[in-house]
Amino acid sequence: MYAFKYHRPASLRKAVSLVTKNEDAKLLAGGHTLLPTMKNRLASPGHIVDLNGLSELAGITKKGRNIIIGAMTRHADVASNADVVAALPGLATLAGNIGDPHVRHRGTIGGSVANNDPAADYPAACLALGATIITNKRRIPADEFFAGLFTTALEDGEVITKISFPTGGKFAYAKFPNPASRYAMVGVAVSKRGKDVRVAVTGAGEEGVFRWDAAEQALGARFGAKALDGMVHPAEGLNGDIHASAEYRGHLVGVMARRAVAAALGK
Amino acid sequence: MSATGIGAPVRRKEDFRFITGKGNYTDDINRPGQAHAFFLRSPHAHATIKAIDTKAAAKMPGVVAIFTGEDIAADKVGGLICGWMIHNKDGSPMAAGAHPALAQGKVRYVGDHVAVVIADTLAQARDAAEKITVSYDVLPAVVDMNAALKKGTVQIHEAAPGNRVYDWHLGDKAAADAAFKTAKHVVKLDLANNRLIPNAMEPRAAVGEYDAGNDALTLHTTSQNPHVARLVLSAFIGLAPEHKLRVIAPDVGGGFGSKIFIYAEETVCVWAARKVNRPVKWTADRTEAFLADAHGRDHLTHAEMAIDEAGKITGLRVSTKANLGAYLSTFSSSVPTYLYAPLLSGQYDIPAIYCEVEGVYTTTAPVDAYRGAGRPEATFVIERLMEVAARQLGQDPAAFRKKNFVRKFPHQTPVIMCYDAGDYNASLTKAMALADVKGLAKRKRESARNGKLRGLGYSAYIEACGIAPSQAVGSLGAGVGLWESAEVRVNPIGTVEILTGSHSHGQGHETTFAQLVSDRLGIPIDNVSVVHGDTDKVQFGMGTYGSRSGAVGMTAIAKALDKIEAKAKKVAAYVLEASEGDIDFKNGHFSVKGTDKTIDFGSVALQAYIAHKFTGAQLEPGLKEGAFYDPTNFTFPAGVHICEVEIDPDTGVTRVDRWTAVDDFGNVINPMIVEGQVHGGIAQGVGQALCEGAVYDSSGQLLTASYMDYQMPRADDLPSFTVDTTVTPCPSNPLGIKGCGEAGAIAAPPAVINAITDALGHEDIAMPASAQAVWRAVRKMKMAAE
Repeated sequence: MYAFKYHRPASLRKAVSLVTKNEDAKLLAGGHTLLPTMKNRLASPGHIVDLNGLSELAGITKKGRNIIIGAMTRHADVASNADVVAALPGLATLAGNIGDPHVRHRGTIGGSVANNDPAADYPAACLALGATIITNKRRIPADEFFAGLFTTALEDGEVITKISFPTGGKFAYAKFPNPASRYAMVGVAVSKRGKDVRVAVTGAGEEGVFRWDAAEQALGARFGAKALDGMVHPAEGLNGDIHASAEYRGHLVGVMARRAVAAALGK
Repeated sequence: MSATGIGAPVRRKEDFRFITGKGNYTDDINRPGQAHAFFLRSPHAHATIKAIDTKAAAKMPGVVAIFTGEDIAADKVGGLICGWMIHNKDGSPMAAGAHPALAQGKVRYVGDHVAVVIADTLAQARDAAEKITVSYDVLPAVVDMNAALKKGTVQIHEAAPGNRVYDWHLGDKAAADAAFKTAKHVVKLDLANNRLIPNAMEPRAAVGEYDAGNDALTLHTTSQNPHVARLVLSAFIGLAPEHKLRVIAPDVGGGFGSKIFIYAEETVCVWAARKVNRPVKWTADRTEAFLADAHGRDHLTHAEMAIDEAGKITGLRVSTKANLGAYLSTFSSSVPTYLYAPLLSGQYDIPAIYCEVEGVYTTTAPVDAYRGAGRPEATFVIERLMEVAARQLGQDPAAFRKKNFVRKFPHQTPVIMCYDAGDYNASLTKAMALADVKGLAKRKRESARNGKLRGLGYSAYIEACGIAPSQAVGSLGAGVGLWESAEVRVNPIGTVEILTGSHSHGQGHETTFAQLVSDRLGIPIDNVSVVHGDTDKVQFGMGTYGSRSGAVGMTAIAKALDKIEAKAKKVAAYVLEASEGDIDFKNGHFSVKGTDKTIDFGSVALQAYIAHKFTGAQLEPGLKEGAFYDPTNFTFPAGVHICEVEIDPDTGVTRVDRWTAVDDFGNVINPMIVEGQVHGGIAQGVGQALCEGAVYDSSGQLLTASYMDYQMPRADDLPSFTVDTTVTPCPSNPLGIKGCGEAGAIAAPPAVINAITDALGHEDIAMPASAQAVWRAVRKMKMAAE
């Protein structure tokens, strides 16, 4: 067993101070990535800073044309929130299909986005919806936030406090789960707001979540599943493993994109 | 049939404690002063051990002792045995390398046990293990069987040149070759039976204890056969004479074969308990279970079928390579030989069969029996051949099977087995009706309209279980007999204990065995308890596997009950002052023929123990009888499963849309439990066909070592099943029971694959038929059509 110091700060300021002061400190949100990693002895942070006591990080509010979700909001709460279901039903569905009930009642949106697992669902939604990741220091557009495998724009001492999602328009997420882990083997989020069309792909990319330019162009001309007929994402730059080759993933990207568009159109 | 007798769907007595968390599993056992064991395992698939330095580790807090293969050897602890001798074609014995409980000089698979740390807490043991430095000379891994057999490949065991354990055969080669010479049509198929990892819900565990005052050892372990474990630990591994070694298998959470074998960890725990004079406890974590539980299946087969102009099968030739892993596990040699080849005739009248099997060493986990043990492999071969043959001949697959069914019984196959009774046509007809095969064409069109591909697949399986007649298996190389024992102990006030050599690890014996006794003796089922799993309490028994507890275990109880009835009649005669020949026993009462003098079973029991109504010279007091029952034949459950799938060609995902199972298990004690067995077997069979598959990379690393990568079948992968039976009672035991535990796992895989190939237009597809694999097949099919 590796020793660590456990902190449960009562304020965000205290939490930030703890991670700034201790180089090998890790923030604990839902714990479903950090704790298994520690149990497998693949990580041994000297300090754990538990965010679960911070009420200022929880809660979902509707503010004008945005839905603002606190970083410590559980997936199950996003899935069942009336405002989310009304204004961003595709996001509610996405959250409701993360993991299993146990995971959904512990895992948080802030934890997922900060971790940027290449097979996580939320990064695709953030990128497709053009969300804004709000931290204790600044506001970061999604396009600038996701920087590669398990890498984000967050600096030392920077903590996600909430994520703001613009509403209006159409949005849906289609996921092809890894048959064993049920993480996204390929997950495609599609959004159209006015002329702005975005297609974000998770699970498939070697560098994590990315936007599919060719699909965005095709859908920009005409927003319908037929616009993506026969489209396949090239294998280059995609993951291959025992579950799916890069070529198969590239094919699934096209399939899931078509399904996401159909779902966004309510079909 | 009473509400609790034979044939009644009685709710399981044992479920209360299992569902409410009051079970007593090996990991629940804690002994004062116990220490915890943690096994250091090899990170290499193949390496020589140059040195093991435990000095730093020994200084870590809480460490009680650290042992390696050297300590095992110094104490002259015997190796783990393989108990079934297989001979080569030339009559020479198989080549078996040693299997030490802790590696000696060499490691041969990732997960191989190198050292054990014993410490006050598990965490301390793990921390100390990290400080052990082992210097290895890494050798090439040997993962592929063909590569293993190739000239020049590194040898895994000195005793097995060319990494071949045996080159065995069965059947008549000349007759088979002759059939092929004159065949009108020859069907050829190459098949793989994918490697599976058992994944019982409860991982393996052991608690070893030493009683210094009596110089006696006790081992609690997750075993399907505690007496066999004791025999091996005593006679072969040499830990203690049997009367000084108690083995207890308490509640065990599933075995599926993986807990038959005698493993290194339990051996080391009980040996170490004496070394350190403290109880030693070990529980596998799930990754250890993936790495080091015996795996299942893993065959490569080339099969050929000869057919005459009338569409009758005239011959079968099968050539199989069976992966045995890095060491021979306890039953391993028998699974791809005598549990496999004798089933290749399937339900069909095939005059000539020849099968050859090479057992191969590779640097992977040992492979041994897993639900079905050899019979799923055989059924997959024959049922895939039947499907492919029917298609190539342009015949309906059901009609082609019907034409070739065995119709007259007993039927002697060319591969040892003599089928005693059956009606394969009845199962097929019933299954086809229940599966609405007539409506398939319409359903296919509907699926096509929705852009999907629909297919239907048959699996007409037969298996040999109720293992086994001891002399017969002895002549085939088994080291032990496969009879079963029972003792029926009637207590003075009429409650009964059954001491059975069978073991229950999910089968529900506490219920079904009690149903048998309740039915026979006419006493309430709540008055019967079943005692098993403890070598101190129960006479020697062979344990539970091979679907034998009904046919063999319960027949032993029935034989003992015969003796109980006979003795009780004698007592009743004295009590009722009549002659023994005038006593009738019915509905739990003894009565004098033609009178209304009657006495119930409980009262007779009391009289047997009070012994006031007869003298010692006339009759022994007491009411307790035992029996050892050796079956006269295997039993032959058989049936037809029909699987219907719908494939999404866009993604390759296969949905099992409907499942029909019509099985002939002979007489059934508890139809609810039998149905549960069928459900579980089907789930595991679908798991093999669609989901599961152990994958080693070229360096021998197990890539599927957790549920992140090893896909278990889940409830939402399966439809509701239509399960029914036909009944031809088994002629070879008085209860007419054939057994049902493995049938679903045997029948299911070819049903699924046949359904997929039907949907895809008869392309072959390997197991597991993952979405990617099916998508590729669809694409190939589409390109061929263009």
